[in-house]
Amino acid sequence: MNETSDQILAPATRDGWFHRFQVVALAALTLVAIIGKFYLPRLVPHTEWLELPLLLTIYFGLMRHSPIASLFFGAFVGLAEDSLSPANIPIGMYGITKTLVGYFAASVSQRFNVDNSVIRAVLCFFFFFFHAFFYWLMRRALLGQVIPFDPQEVFVHGALNSVVAVPLFMILDRLRLAGGA
Amino acid sequence: MEALLSRFRNLTVLVVAVVAQLLYLAYQVKTNGDERLIRVWAVTAVTPLAGIVEAIRHNTIGFLEDYFILLDVREQNRKLKAANDRLQMENIYFRNQLATAEHARALVQFQSQTPSRTIAARVIGNSTVASAKAVFIDRGSTSGVENGMAVVTPEGIVGKVVAVYPLVAQVLLVTDATFKVGVESQKGHVHGVLDCGSGKCVVEQVQNEDRVDPGEWFYTSGEDRIFPKGFPVGKVISSQPGQGMRDLKLTLSASPGAAEEVLVVVQGVHQAIPTKPPPTEEEVDVHQLPPPPKETGRDAAADAKPQTEADKVLAKYDSIGKEQGHVFGGLGSGIPNFNVKKPASPAEKPDGAAGAGKPAAAPTAPVKPVTNGAPAILGARPGSNPQALPTPKPAVNEPVLPLGAPRRKTPPSTATSTAPQP
Repeated sequence: MNETSDQILAPATRDGWFHRFQVVALAALTLVAIIGKFYLPRLVPHTEWLELPLLLTIYFGLMRHSPIASLFFGAFVGLAEDSLSPANIPIGMYGITKTLVGYFAASVSQRFNVDNSVIRAVLCFFFFFFHAFFYWLMRRALLGQVIPFDPQEVFVHGALNSVVAVPLFMILDRLRLAGGA
Repeated sequence: MEALLSRFRNLTVLVVAVVAQLLYLAYQVKTNGDERLIRVWAVTAVTPLAGIVEAIRHNTIGFLEDYFILLDVREQNRKLKAANDRLQMENIYFRNQLATAEHARALVQFQSQTPSRTIAARVIGNSTVASAKAVFIDRGSTSGVENGMAVVTPEGIVGKVVAVYPLVAQVLLVTDATFKVGVESQKGHVHGVLDCGSGKCVVEQVQNEDRVDPGEWFYTSGEDRIFPKGFPVGKVISSQPGQGMRDLKLTLSASPGAAEEVLVVVQGVHQAIPTKPPPTEEEVDVHQLPPPPKETGRDAAADAKPQTEADKVLAKYDSIGKEQGHVFGGLGSGIPNFNVKKPASPAEKPDGAAGAGKPAAAPTAPVKPVTNGAPAILGARPGSNPQALPTPKPAVNEPVLPLGAPRRKTPPSTATSTAPQP
């Protein structure tokens, strides 16, 4: 293996910032992400594609390296999001989807060096597509609701979220370093 | 077994978490119950913050935007004085105030005109599900909002209330994939079901035999028991026969996703489908008077009197020409004597304007002919035949000349000297 592949495949240094990271801070970040999704489209038009809760779940999974903690965090974020969904959509749709996303993100982080920005962007794109497709599939299969699924639109939105995720993850890295030093 | 579980601990926890949520989901679907407690907690935690942010945005962002616009203007017009900048800033500020006031006025006007009882609300946030098309409004159960109530704007329908909390309510927009609205066309009263789930609004369940033309309006039919009958929905943009059912597409008259202020129909009243489509914005803005009443007979003739001195002179010459058989512009019709004076008609006003457009009336009393042999009219030939001349007008009834016009005093003896013998 060459240097690049070593860099990619080697697990990241596991600093203990998450252990020190307060639950309050996580809850606050979750609240900010959900309010962002709740309110941002009204503040800045045409930003419905931005999935801040999903990006936060992915980041937590990638950095935490623990599938169990990540799946519970994903479930928490997803259920919180479900609570603000329309009443005709039962609670749990986003919960299940984000549980899987959190689990897979943490599993991937055990194999790859997820500090690389390109890998982060690719993973964000992949998880966004998985998230959108799985959610659509569940609404169709479990609830019998026929909602449109446009792969082209999902691709574009996934790419946009990846673009947003790279600087967002850098900011969260800075916060991590500042809080965990 | 224990070894197996410990080996696949992560996977086991994942399966347990997913299955638990699936069971919870199934329970909700099975019981058709809304987990109100969880939703109330979540909404109560989020909406106050969103309300505060919305209030701040409403009060400050507009001002900041205006400020930045003014910065650009100032950059482009650096040489203008400071007073000019201040006036422009005030102008933009007041214009925004006016626009806001006009929108509010339109809402209030619609509220007062519609027979349905409504309450105004402001949209404060979106739903977290991007594909769900739902918004939160700042009115809840304390304001009398109930589940299933229709939400409209003066332009058209917006959605329906799907969840009510003490201070806020959630509105599912008509553009949501799961939302259907019963609609009825304006002309043929064709009934159908509006579906905007695919991104484009279509009217389903319309037979090919039913005639619906592009440009025709659709209104709510009231059959969905949500929207009262008679609210505008949208205009047909294409109508083509399809396989079994007609392929009808229409554009919504309102913009459900962009609405900032809405009306919640607390008590709906069905109305008849209007015979005319709703007025466009241009038609609403332009103030038009009703057409004037038709002119008939005598009134029309009375209104045809000359308005200016030039009109009076023209009417006078026209009358003289007719009396002398002269055709204006015709060859060989001779030159009429324009210096002849006409008698005042009984209907003529003292200023001489009233009878200018009417034929000359016959004199009521015989007038003595000229006896001194002098020409009666200035410029008339001595040898001209006085019989051919019309009845002169008495000097007292001479038309009043405009102020500043040259006046010539006529001798009293010659004023009536050329009057013909009856």
